[in-house]
Amino acid sequence: MSHYLDNNATTPLHPAVKEAITQSLDYYGNPGSMHQQGRVAKQKLDDAREEIAGFLGATPEQLTFTSCASESNNTMLKSVSSQDFGFTPHIITTGIEHPSVFNTAQYLQKRGIDVTFLPVTNDGIIEIASLQKALRKETVLVSIMHANNEIGTIQPIEEAGELCSQRGVFFHSDMVQSPGKIPFSLNKMPVDAASFSAHKMYALKGIGALYLKKSRFKNFSIIPLIHGGHQEAGLRAGTENSLGIIAWAAACRVMKDEIDTEIAHVKSLRDFFETKVTEEINDIVINGGNAPRKPCTSNISFKYIEGESILLRLDMNDIAVSTGSACSTGSLDPSHVIMALHDNPETAHGSIRFSFGRENSMEDVERTIAALKETVTFLRGISPLSP
Amino acid sequence: MDKNQWAYSENVKKHFMNPLNILQGPEEDYKADGKGMVGSPACGDMMMVLIQVAKNRISDFKWKTFGCASAIASTSALSELVLKEGGMSLDEAYKITPEEIIKELGGLPSNKIHCSVLGDKALRAAIDDYYEKNGITNPFQEKSSPVVCTCKNVTEEDIRMEVLEGVTDFEKMKEATGASTVCGQCEEDVKNTMKKYIDQYYSDDIYNPGE
Repeated sequence: MSHYLDNNATTPLHPAVKEAITQSLDYYGNPGSMHQQGRVAKQKLDDAREEIAGFLGATPEQLTFTSCASESNNTMLKSVSSQDFGFTPHIITTGIEHPSVFNTAQYLQKRGIDVTFLPVTNDGIIEIASLQKALRKETVLVSIMHANNEIGTIQPIEEAGELCSQRGVFFHSDMVQSPGKIPFSLNKMPVDAASFSAHKMYALKGIGALYLKKSRFKNFSIIPLIHGGHQEAGLRAGTENSLGIIAWAAACRVMKDEIDTEIAHVKSLRDFFETKVTEEINDIVINGGNAPRKPCTSNISFKYIEGESILLRLDMNDIAVSTGSACSTGSLDPSHVIMALHDNPETAHGSIRFSFGRENSMEDVERTIAALKETVTFLRGISPLSP
Repeated sequence: MDKNQWAYSENVKKHFMNPLNILQGPEEDYKADGKGMVGSPACGDMMMVLIQVAKNRISDFKWKTFGCASAIASTSALSELVLKEGGMSLDEAYKITPEEIIKELGGLPSNKIHCSVLGDKALRAAIDDYYEKNGITNPFQEKSSPVVCTCKNVTEEDIRMEVLEGVTDFEKMKEATGASTVCGQCEEDVKNTMKKYIDQYYSDDIYNPGE
């Protein structure tokens, strides 16, 4: 039996989603076609868009479907380099963004755009005062993630959004890790744009969305990343991924009823896990532990040992987790998120993320604690850094 | 997918899951004749090698490693290699290359080679320590060039060669050798090494001998 504790990376399909997929395999028509097959597909697409929008707290016309949240984030940030402001534009983002924002911002920096990466506290939260200080008259875009993917900390989006609104600056948020994971509704959020992904909430990979609150647009245009046909109101060309969208709608429909139970369920597993790990394993740091966090996420640094070793030994015990260690990424740099919290490569190299989901049980947690204890004891026993 | 298929070779898995010749108990209780320590926790890999020497052979080899699976497995494989057939001679042991260790492991992903195969360096450091402790002139030391950047395994000789090729700018040196591109702790050492050879090869005296 496997124990999948990597739900922030991606989630297994919900049974209701699987059912919706098998029932929708014959809606092959192109939603842009005028014949019957096209009209049926268009109807399914419209229904699904309404369902997803409703779940997110948006209206259907506010959603632009994309291939993934990375595309949504790229569309957002690269819009800055695709339009002429008459001055060198300035973007503000944070040091703990997902790579699809972080690396895209660094790319824009190389192309001559000014970028400020806001620092975070040791608990992984940005400070509104630093945003206030960073805002300039050339600032055209602020992009701050909602829940962090690695440590789960929740950023003060409401305050940041209000501040941007007062200053007339376009405000975007990468909200991939929020819907279905924390109580969430866009209609209470002072954001102009937000990015979402279906596969983080028990639906398919290959489908995401960019939410745009058009009523709030100022002197900022969204420039398509993909030009072509007139799909998605001209903001994103390409035949719609109707099956992906229908599957996402099915996930939203079922999550609407299950979300409260799920949040309580993963929170009880996570809290039990952290209490036990703290009791049984010494010299650990719970990253972001003192900040408001997603209840499904636990990110722990184990001193004196390295994350890839922990991950692979847990994998031998059929337990799936992820690490911020450099060794697992193919690069030689450890997680920029953990580095932003502690500025200490050792802490980043020894960090492991455990992220819980609807299918996890107390047995998963107990097996993980037992295997983790054994693994940490073993690796510390062969580490020259152990005291 | 077969759950037993994984990122590394079977031999890496064997050595990683059941590493051989680990130091048990406190270091003081093991009567080491030589000790070598290389790498740094900032880079994510660090290893300690302890050896006992008898009749110019390595009669025992113990180690500890902080690092990823390939770092742990490569040190274990090295210990097996050194100890087989009654222990390698110091001469043979000093000449072990990362390639030999990688061969023992049945290969490693290319991005793992520079950072995780540090055992040969730790072993040389332990042999150097043995000679130094016993007041014996080290017959090998002149043959090896000291490592300046442990993350990317860049030696003083590598830097000297690049300087000779005309690389005199620190950023260009980083590009050419990879030195100081990971944890950055060796930045001063790299700069000082560069300066030493730049002064030696590019001083005004050489270019303007008459003035």
